[in-house]
Order: sequence, then C-alpha cells, then structure tokens
Amino acid sequence: MAFDLDEAIGAGRVGFFTDTSVCIGCKACEVACKEWNAVPEDGLTFTGMSYDNTVGLGADTWRHVAFIEQRRPLGHQEPGLNDQDFRWLMASDVCKHCTHAACLDVCPTGSLFRTEYGTVVVQEDVCNGCGYCVPACPFGVIGKRERAGGGTAAKCTMCYDRLGAGEEPACAKTCPTDSIQFGDLEELRERAERRLEQVRASGVTSARLYGHDTGDGVGGMGAFFLLLDEPEVYGLPPDPVVTTRDLPAMWRHTATAALALLAGMAAAAWLRRPGTASTAGASTTADSTTAALRAWAGTAISRRRA
Amino acid sequence: MSQTDVRLDGSAEVRTEREATPGSAGPRPLRPATAQPEPGSYYGRPVLNEPTWQAADIAGYLFLGGLAGASSTLAAAAELTGRPRLARAAKTGALCAVGGSLYSLIHDLGRPERFVNMLRVFKVTSPMSVGTWLLTAYGPQAGCAAATALTGRLPRLGRAATIGAGLVGPAVATYTAALICDTAVPAWHEGYREMPFLFAGSAAAAAGGLGMLAAPPDEAGPARRAALLGAAAECAAALRMERRLGPLAEPLKRSRLLRAGEALSLAGALAGIAFGRRSRVAAGAAGAALLAGSACTRFGIFRAGMESANDPKYTIQPQRRRLSRARAERDLQ
Repeated sequence: MAFDLDEAIGAGRVGFFTDTSVCIGCKACEVACKEWNAVPEDGLTFTGMSYDNTVGLGADTWRHVAFIEQRRPLGHQEPGLNDQDFRWLMASDVCKHCTHAACLDVCPTGSLFRTEYGTVVVQEDVCNGCGYCVPACPFGVIGKRERAGGGTAAKCTMCYDRLGAGEEPACAKTCPTDSIQFGDLEELRERAERRLEQVRASGVTSARLYGHDTGDGVGGMGAFFLLLDEPEVYGLPPDPVVTTRDLPAMWRHTATAALALLAGMAAAAWLRRPGTASTAGASTTADSTTAALRAWAGTAISRRRA
Repeated sequence: MSQTDVRLDGSAEVRTEREATPGSAGPRPLRPATAQPEPGSYYGRPVLNEPTWQAADIAGYLFLGGLAGASSTLAAAAELTGRPRLARAAKTGALCAVGGSLYSLIHDLGRPERFVNMLRVFKVTSPMSVGTWLLTAYGPQAGCAAATALTGRLPRLGRAATIGAGLVGPAVATYTAALICDTAVPAWHEGYREMPFLFAGSAAAAAGGLGMLAAPPDEAGPARRAALLGAAAECAAALRMERRLGPLAEPLKRSRLLRAGEALSLAGALAGIAFGRRSRVAAGAAGAALLAGSACTRFGIFRAGMESANDPKYTIQPQRRRLSRARAERDLQ
C-alpha cells in the first residue's frame, strides 16, 4: 500500500479519551471550544432531539454533545421513575484526528497537515475552499465555513495553539467530570482499558471502546471513546474506513478506462477510413481489420495489466 | 406558599397536611411521544456531512470534463484519419467544454486565484490534485489545437497540440470518476470499480454526439461509432454497478435522471448509426440526445451520491454487514 497511509506518526502523539460513562451533558466543552477558538454561531434551532440542539459536528461546531434517552437500565442504577427503566446516554463528540486521515489525503492544496503532535489541522490561509475534505471524512466532522469570496474548511485543531504553550485543549480543561481526558495517546489507551474493566465490573456490560484499535479502518483514532451502546446510536459509523485505502485500485480502474477510451476512439476512426469505406477493396478491409485487432489487443492488454 | 412553618425559636416543622405528595395522583400518564432516537442511528441524522458541492458546478464539471477530454481524442483520431471538418468541430467543442468546466471549478472555489493554491503541491493521494495537473497540461493544448484549427495558422504546432490533447483527453475524461469515488459517500465510493468505465462511456457518447451535431455526416462516421460504443459501455457499467452494490444501489435504481440518461444515450446512439449518415437533421437530433443523455447520467450519479450520504442507513448498514462478516469469519477459525 503506497501513499502516505504508511506515514509514521512520531513519538509524542497526543489525543483525547472521552469516557462517556461520566459525561453529564453540561456542554461546557462546547462552550469552551467556541470561546477559545472564536468559532462562529452555528444556528439557533430547536430540534426536539432530547437536550441536543447542536445536532452534529461541522465547520462551526467542533465539539458536539449527543443526548440519547433509552428505556433500558444502566448497570445497577435505579432511575427513580417508578418501575420504568431509563437511561440517559451523553457523549461529547469531536474530530478523531485519524492515523489515516482521509481529509488530509484528499486535500489538493496541502492546507490540511499533520502536526508535530500527531493531530490534523487546517491552515485557513492555504485552503481554497474546494470542499473535497467534507465528503471524504467518514465521520462527518469537517465542514466548509461559507463567507463572502469563498469559504474555507474548518474543524477541531485539538487547540494547536494551546498545545504549543504546554496547555491542554480548552474542552478537556473545562470538563468538570474528566469525561474528556487529554494526554499522551499510548497512556490514554492503557487508561481506557482499565476504565473499561471497571465499568464492566460495575454491571454495564454494554460498555466498549471505540477507535482505540490501531488495526481499524482508519488506523486508530487520535480521539477515542468509551461508549455504552453501539456507535451508530451516538451517530458514529460502526466500521469507518479511510476512503484512500481503495485509491490505488481506483487509479488502476481509471487508467484502464482511460486506455479503453483511447482504444475505442481509435477503433471508431481507423475501422473505416474516408474514401475507403465505399470502395472496400480487399487490402483496405485487411487494413481496417488489423486496426480493429490492434485496438482490441490494446484494450485486452490494459485489462490484463489492471 | 411555604410548606414549612418557621417559628420564633428558629426551628422548622414540616406541615403534615401537604396534599401534593409525589405519586399521590397515581401513576403518571406517559408523556406524549417526543422525538425518539431511531434504532440504529442518531435521530435519523446522517453520519456524513453533506458535500458542499453544488450540482450545477460539480455535476456540470463531470459532464463538461468528460465531453472535453473525449472530444479531443476524437479530434486527434479524426485529424490523423483525414477528416478535417470533424476534427475542427471536435476541437472547438473541446475548447468550449474545457472553458465551461474551468468556469464551474472556479465558481465552486469562489475566486479564480484559488485555483493557483492547488499548483503548490502534487499529491497522488488526492484525485483533485492529480486532476488539477491534468487540466493544466490539457487546457493549453486543447486551446492551441482549437485556435490553430480555426485560424489555419501554425499547422505543425496545431497538429502536435491536437495529438497531445488527444492523449491527455482520456485521463481528463475519466479521472473525475476517481474524484467522486475517493470520498466516504457510500454510493460513489462502493461503485469505484465501474465508475471509471461508466464515465468513459458517457464521455465517448457525449463526444460522439457533439461530432454528429457539428460535423457533416460524411465525415462523422467515427463520431457515430464512438457514440454507439460509449453508450453501450455506459449502460453495461451502470447495470453491473447496480447489481454489485446490492441494497446500496437503491438511490441509483430510483434515479429518474439515470434512467433518462441511459434511454437518451442508447436512443441517440442507435438513431445516429441508423439514420445519421443519410439525414443531417437526424444526425443533429441524435447528437443532441446523446449530449443530453450524458448530462443526465452525470447529474443522476451526483444526486444519487448525495442521497446516499444523507441517509444514515446507507452508511451504517454496509459497515454493520462488514463487521458481522468479519466476526463470523473469526468465529469459524
């Protein structure tokens, strides 16, 4: 597998571990992120989706707290609703800063880059607003911020400016329950394993880690989660794969198709040449037959190469 | 009204005659149903962010890029086989189409100078970067070929440019398939095996249509045959893609634009082969149908992709199936 999927992220990679079992849905992370990064307003609408009016991540939403109301028990907890079972799942979603980041791979300007902390950041002054990163992201994280004269892409930077000053990102700093934990990615992964055992032992058997596995379709996420239900319940894809994993095959198919187009056009023109078509003598028939055979052989060879 | 009496000595006593104790009214009626999270998705919200591309810009770009690239190849083939009028028509068409596709691209970016940002780097991981360089190599050659053909000056340079544009043309016509397939949009990404052939076929059909429309019938033989080959390849690729994608092909199968595109392309190609040689009017009508068919196909593919991105089930269900398959295989070992 060529391309920068093999790119090695050096030591000192940092990340987020979001432990949703202790999230209280206060949205302090959303506010801190908006304030620190001066992220513009992202729409003030009432959705009726529990307490979530933020809806989802995008150009102007870099942290999003999901609220899910379920009529199911949460471990041994008593919900206090007579005999009804009830649990409230809350999770603060963020850019995953993937090991194999599709947004970074497809960016045609080099605006998206890998920082020395192993995070993925947009350079606003280089971005030309082509919008290719938006459908490339398998999580629906990055968005295009429209403004006069053409927009630019925007997403979580893991507070690149704060990291440089030795500070943790604003969301992790403000989280009152330490649901959002920031630190060395390797260390966070170990901590997450221990926490998962603890949560499962306390009766929440549905708990699982999401994005910690370096063998997954994006090579492991720089921001990973402890979830209490299936990922899709939180709006996360269950098995995301970086789209550029299939790009070598795409290029092969594209090259074959281009050669077939060339061969087809040549066949269409040389099969019958002007002035010979009406007086199809023996020699010209032979000529056109050889031309057709050549064109056909060209296609066959290019197919075999693919 | 307070539920406690505060007395002068500072002690408080809870009243005993309180009426509204919790639960005294019996079980509470269930609240009216509010938005419940749909099983298997987050309130039915899409997992992916919708592409910001406008249909007129990007689907138009897919169509015009294909038309330009295939027309240049047709022009080179016509020139080398002694069909100057077909060559001139195809070169002019290619120049107009590449001009239109550049306009669409720049309209999508917002400002012309933003195109230059893409000339900072060459990234094989980004089909858009590869396409930018292809266009940069192709555009001037197509322009030179058309200009020399129309003015009649510098015939040798014109011939070199014609052949150059004819060789780069197929890449310009098909790279757009890699462009849209290299995204997380389910219907585009999963169709990556057939999409380049569909686009190549659609481009050949459009270029053939343009040749039939603009060149005299006695020279337009290659255009008619290219249109027939292209329309057949387009329909075969679309059929194969719809079969292979299974449930993910729903947006493609539902698309009226795609059906219209196939019908127009096939009808135009067959009419061109059957009557294009004898009647100039029939050739023109067939050519117009082929151009419209190619445009419908590109807009149909574009819309179907948008639809698949906006419905979470097209993102989640294939991934779920993949996970269950992997689990089943693990269990067998």
